[in-house]
Amino acid sequence: MSVLLNKDSRVIFQGFTGQHGTFHAEEAIKIGTKVVGGVTPGKGGTQHLGLPVFDTVEEAVRTTGADVSGIFAPPPFAADAIMEAIDAGIKTIVVIADGIPVQDMVRVERYRQGTNSIIIGPNTPGIITPGVGKVGIMPSHIYSPGRIGIVSRSGTLNYEAVAQMSELGLGQSSSIGIGGDPVNGTDFATVLKAFEDDPDTDAVIMIGEIGGPQEVDAARWAKKNMRKPLICYVAGLSAPVGRRMGHAGAIISNESDTATAKIDMMEALGMFVVRNPADIGATVLRAIKS
Amino acid sequence: MNIHEYQTKDLLKHYGVPVPPGRVVHTDAQAATVAEEIGGTRWVVKAQIHSGGRGKAGGVRVCNSIDEVRVIANEIIGTLLVTHQTGAEGRLVRRVLVEQASTIVSEYYIGLIIDRATRRITLVASAEGGVDIEVVAKETPDKIIREVIDPAVGLLDFQCRKVAYNVGLTGALLPQAVKVMKGLYRCMRDNDAIMAEINPLAIVDNDQLLALDAKMTFDDNALYRRPKITELRDFDEEDPKEVEATGHGLNYIALDGDVGCIVNGAGLAMATMDAITLHGGRPANFLDVGGGATPEKVANAFHIVLQDPAVKLILINIFAGINRCDWIATGIIQAMRDQSITMPIIVRLAGTNVEEGRAILSASKFPFIVASNLNDAAAKAVAEVNNIVNKVAPLKKEHS
Repeated sequence: MSVLLNKDSRVIFQGFTGQHGTFHAEEAIKIGTKVVGGVTPGKGGTQHLGLPVFDTVEEAVRTTGADVSGIFAPPPFAADAIMEAIDAGIKTIVVIADGIPVQDMVRVERYRQGTNSIIIGPNTPGIITPGVGKVGIMPSHIYSPGRIGIVSRSGTLNYEAVAQMSELGLGQSSSIGIGGDPVNGTDFATVLKAFEDDPDTDAVIMIGEIGGPQEVDAARWAKKNMRKPLICYVAGLSAPVGRRMGHAGAIISNESDTATAKIDMMEALGMFVVRNPADIGATVLRAIKS
Repeated sequence: MNIHEYQTKDLLKHYGVPVPPGRVVHTDAQAATVAEEIGGTRWVVKAQIHSGGRGKAGGVRVCNSIDEVRVIANEIIGTLLVTHQTGAEGRLVRRVLVEQASTIVSEYYIGLIIDRATRRITLVASAEGGVDIEVVAKETPDKIIREVIDPAVGLLDFQCRKVAYNVGLTGALLPQAVKVMKGLYRCMRDNDAIMAEINPLAIVDNDQLLALDAKMTFDDNALYRRPKITELRDFDEEDPKEVEATGHGLNYIALDGDVGCIVNGAGLAMATMDAITLHGGRPANFLDVGGGATPEKVANAFHIVLQDPAVKLILINIFAGINRCDWIATGIIQAMRDQSITMPIIVRLAGTNVEEGRAILSASKFPFIVASNLNDAAAKAVAEVNNIVNKVAPLKKEHS
């Protein structure tokens, strides 16, 4: 998908020389991602993985023309790293960290307003465009090039959906994790619009979970604006009220937060809904044949 | 993380929010002494547990004499209070808050939430105080006033005045309301709370605003930079299994079924519970081992799940991304051996190093039930549980 990660994307990693940054930059390079360098404050001027290291994102952008950044800074430092990337004019900012204080993200979102930056995450496995590259922590070997777009809050459930699709011979145009936090940079509707506009995508699967209004808002947007089939699954049918189910954002605060309420509303809006998580692949196949 | 009412009131007092004179005590004798010290003619004795609905459950009582304070405190301390949030087993009351009672003229609701749609802190208020705000929001949504706060400038005076005016706090009460709202906001912002509410905020006899009850929830992810808040944590109010899990870097939530679950990733863990439910089974827990799980972490997960006596078997569902199936399998074997597990174990492995993982399991002497995918795993787990239940059912009959 050309909006977020395509063959022209020039990628940097923030937190490049750390353990996680190093491992996932190497993995990204292995599958052909155009990584042009990285940022680690204090290590500017050195080389890492055969690529230049910069002290600031601004310098990295000026020198390499980077437009995508994978942020591997730990949660206490992530908000500052994101705002540095926004300030430097990075277009797509992928935030892996799980555990960023929610008020930090409130401030980050305020800072982002009025800029052209898109934040994917936090608490996301990232973005992968099979055959082109990835910025994230997902196991790239399970994905294959194809024409189905995936957008999910959960990482492992994204992998589960991919595995079910692979069994049926279906590949992916791109897969985007918007993350499991209550305040995230990009909502489902924004990603659906990108897939709707993408000539390489035929259908989209949206994998949501309990908590918050995003899934239903996205389905409402899709009913009005999407011509491609949208398949929806919402995890947490059996989740108790008022408990945070692992993800900071996965909590039922009122009736409209439940998986059943969300799925029922999506069905009423005419979407292809999946009630049993084992039926994701089969439902995608049914949707594209219809 | 939640804290007690008396802790919330102590915090709010520092931010200029008026609260009734009072103190927390652990014995009936202390309760009487405190009532005498704070003075007045009527007092209220309030059970301190992390739960709403304490009043309805008999945990909040008004007393007309010092003797009555002593009697009521004696009655409440040490009892198991059952509210709609504690479950049937109730929660042990270890301490009570003794406060001067006020004559209430009218009650309001003031709260701050992080609104997911606007991605901002939002002030919520209502003239319907002292009742559940969720109920008001559902039945009379027009009675709820909202004001979105720009984090760049914070909650502004005029916004407070707007909200106060709209819920009917006018005249001499207006400046008091501004002070309460700004204090509540600063307390939330400075301490990384994710929710703060005063319910009810009351007008009392002498035309003063007073926070009669207050609740705050803090961001677990920000506790690293809030040592004073972290100190307020009361482990007695939490499930010991959940506390142990957190210590091991695991995410565990106890549920009321019999199929123990060990899964990686919050989304897949929820989906696994859903699949079990759709096959007619009941999950005993939510458990996410997280990413990069070592064999020790997996073994710890078994230890926590097995503390629940209702668990009849365990379903392991792993889709390894940054995890490794061989580490997971090693952890499973370690747990089986060290914890002498005899119940059925259903294992579904997929993703990174899956062949190595499967090889480790099949080379062991343990009779794992191997599942090929999510559906298969849930179906096999539920079939096994039904087998076990059917086997023990006749025994139960003989006893009855």
